[in-house]
Amino acid sequence: MTISETAPSGATHQMADAWRRQTSLRRLYTAIGVGLLIIALGSTMWFADEANAGHFFDRLPHLLDFLSWLVPKDWNDVWRAMLDIASPHDTGTQEFNFPLGRSYVWGSFYVPEYFELMLTTLNVALVSTFIGFVFAVPFSFIAARNLTPHPMLRLIVKRFMELLRAFPEIVIAGLFAAIVSIGPIAAIIAIGLHSIGALGKLFYEINENIDMRAEEGLRAVGANWFSRVRFAGLPQVLPNFMSYTLLRVEINVRISTIMGAVGGGGIGEELKLSISRGFGAKTIALVLLLFTTIFIVDQFSAWLRRKLVGEQAFVMGA
Amino acid sequence: MAALTADQIQSIEERFPRVFQRPFHKRFGPLMLLGGIFLYLLYALWFFNLPQVMRESHWERLPLFLTQWISYDVQPIFRLDEPQISAKYPRFSVLGPNPDPDWVKTNADGSVTVLIDGTAKSITFTKTQATIIANGETVAVALGTGKPLISGPVPGWTTAHEDEVVADMGFAGEARVAVDRVRIRKRFLGWANFVFDTRSPFFGKSASEVASLIVSGPELKPGTSNLALAGDNIWNNAQWQHGDVWTKLLQTIVMAFLGTMLGGIVAFPLAFFAARNITPSRLVNQVLKRFFDFMRSIDMLIWALFFTRAFGPGPLAGSAAIFFTEIGTLGKTYSEALENIDDKPREGITSTGANGLLVQRYGVLPEVVPVFISQTLYQWESNTRGATIIGAVGAGGIGLKLWEAMRTNSNWANVFYMVLLILAVVFIFDNISNFLRRRLSRTIHDYNRIQAEQG
Repeated sequence: MTISETAPSGATHQMADAWRRQTSLRRLYTAIGVGLLIIALGSTMWFADEANAGHFFDRLPHLLDFLSWLVPKDWNDVWRAMLDIASPHDTGTQEFNFPLGRSYVWGSFYVPEYFELMLTTLNVALVSTFIGFVFAVPFSFIAARNLTPHPMLRLIVKRFMELLRAFPEIVIAGLFAAIVSIGPIAAIIAIGLHSIGALGKLFYEINENIDMRAEEGLRAVGANWFSRVRFAGLPQVLPNFMSYTLLRVEINVRISTIMGAVGGGGIGEELKLSISRGFGAKTIALVLLLFTTIFIVDQFSAWLRRKLVGEQAFVMGA
Repeated sequence: MAALTADQIQSIEERFPRVFQRPFHKRFGPLMLLGGIFLYLLYALWFFNLPQVMRESHWERLPLFLTQWISYDVQPIFRLDEPQISAKYPRFSVLGPNPDPDWVKTNADGSVTVLIDGTAKSITFTKTQATIIANGETVAVALGTGKPLISGPVPGWTTAHEDEVVADMGFAGEARVAVDRVRIRKRFLGWANFVFDTRSPFFGKSASEVASLIVSGPELKPGTSNLALAGDNIWNNAQWQHGDVWTKLLQTIVMAFLGTMLGGIVAFPLAFFAARNITPSRLVNQVLKRFFDFMRSIDMLIWALFFTRAFGPGPLAGSAAIFFTEIGTLGKTYSEALENIDDKPREGITSTGANGLLVQRYGVLPEVVPVFISQTLYQWESNTRGATIIGAVGAGGIGLKLWEAMRTNSNWANVFYMVLLILAVVFIFDNISNFLRRRLSRTIHDYNRIQAEQG
């Protein structure tokens, strides 16, 4: 078809053709993309199934059997397990030895075992976040393009934080477990080091977006680097820093639970034990406690963050 | 600066009461916060029993472990109570079944010299006398009297025990001399037998020798080509377990991919029902949102433990754990993205009389798909890292292998090898995901700009 024919209809046809060509090409690409994705999903599923100890379709009918041990004979045992109260079903086995975990603090007043373990996990998370914060703040000012004392130093600190962030925590935990003995201290060091990297990255990105006029003012009166950071940088970024730190607390509570399961002490260890041995009442008590704690920590941190930075800068992720 | 008089100070204070008489909580709030943190740290110090843990910790092991990451040692023993002094190597020594290293020399007079770090750090011994040289000093140890005796002054790097003299030569190694044996530890930089282990016919051959064998050599194992044999030997290297490590690494990657993708696929339709601007029913919104919270709050660890019990240890359990956590995380982020969309395109499509599904397809999807993909990629990236950790509780992948290698406390080079692989994978995936997200954010940015231009 040429333009010399009846002009308007020719142009319209050309446009329609072009549009058709474009959409069909786009549809082809989409189809290829979806096809590739389906192939990738199918093959990875097959691979995961092959490599697993039990196969998906063999184990599926037993899924309910496995869930049935979770249901305790007596639901009151869940509370007894949580609060270390003697159970009438106690036959001397580990499954019902609830009062053994009591740790007495004053006379007959005791802290139930699971609350103490939960406290350990929480403390690991808090202390490691604190370590992360204390080191990440100075690092972030060195790593920020607009505030760095020296570009070379900036590069070194940035690379160092990247390394801390990418380094698998369990390796650090394993290394320090061999040095300070297995337990919460190794977990604190591992999570703390990781937090330095993770917080440092978020912090320096905030630092790079500050309003530089305050800094210029201080520079004009001859303030040194420390004063410029302290009086021009810090007041602008502190609310955001606190907000990200609180977010980190939420993440660290989860990580410290996992660390517990690989020997870092705290509630994770007990949970792993009780699930692998099939202690229904204990497992439910632990999951309930953990779930409630994580929920409370999340809600509290969300409330505090909202107070600190307001509704608008409230983003999930990172 | 001229000093202010008391009157001037007072007048300034009176003029600016808001600066000088701030409310109590504003004045002392930060101080009290710092005090609180300080008290908490004291409590933590007591709670974790830090002083005692530090007293009982073995910090001297740290440099040792770190050197083991990038080095290996050979530990021959020389028996002195046998007719001929000869070196005995441990059964699975990295030097192979018939070691004859050039740093052990038998001299003409029957004495043996071991060069631990050239001739500068070495030991020469007969059955009655040992001479240790290190740091420019020479120590002579007499062995004839029933216990090792040092003649002359004892330098700082040697320790004389009741039945043994220990010479510490730093990174290079050490020598332990007793009346009936000399034990040497010589350290080498690098990874031993990284390509071929001692059982392989290619062991001990240089790269060019191996290459010529593969290209034109006679078949080392009848019926198999040399190339296939070399490949098989590398893959099944007993010391480094390349095959196993790479398979486990792939499992970790697969766990993250499968879990995130399936999570995204399930969360996608649910998010539409959870978004309050798309589904007007408050009940459905709230139920789904609480469901997402629930899935997220039951931590990946709990899911991993449950599924490890249900499906047995392996990547299937890990994928399922990530899948269940991701339903919550992605469902939440997807529905938040949906709630932030611009309503105008939707209204436009509705006004043409399109049905519900078409409104979502043409009025909502174009806006949110880039955001969805970006968030999914971000989760994929962070799950690649997370999959390593949950692997250690039995959910398959390289995490468990890593944890087992660390447990023995002797395999630090293998640990470092796996760490390097994990770092490489994390680095590659970070970059892929960053690249794709940057492309996408440009799309989102363009879209917003065009919208802004059109009002």
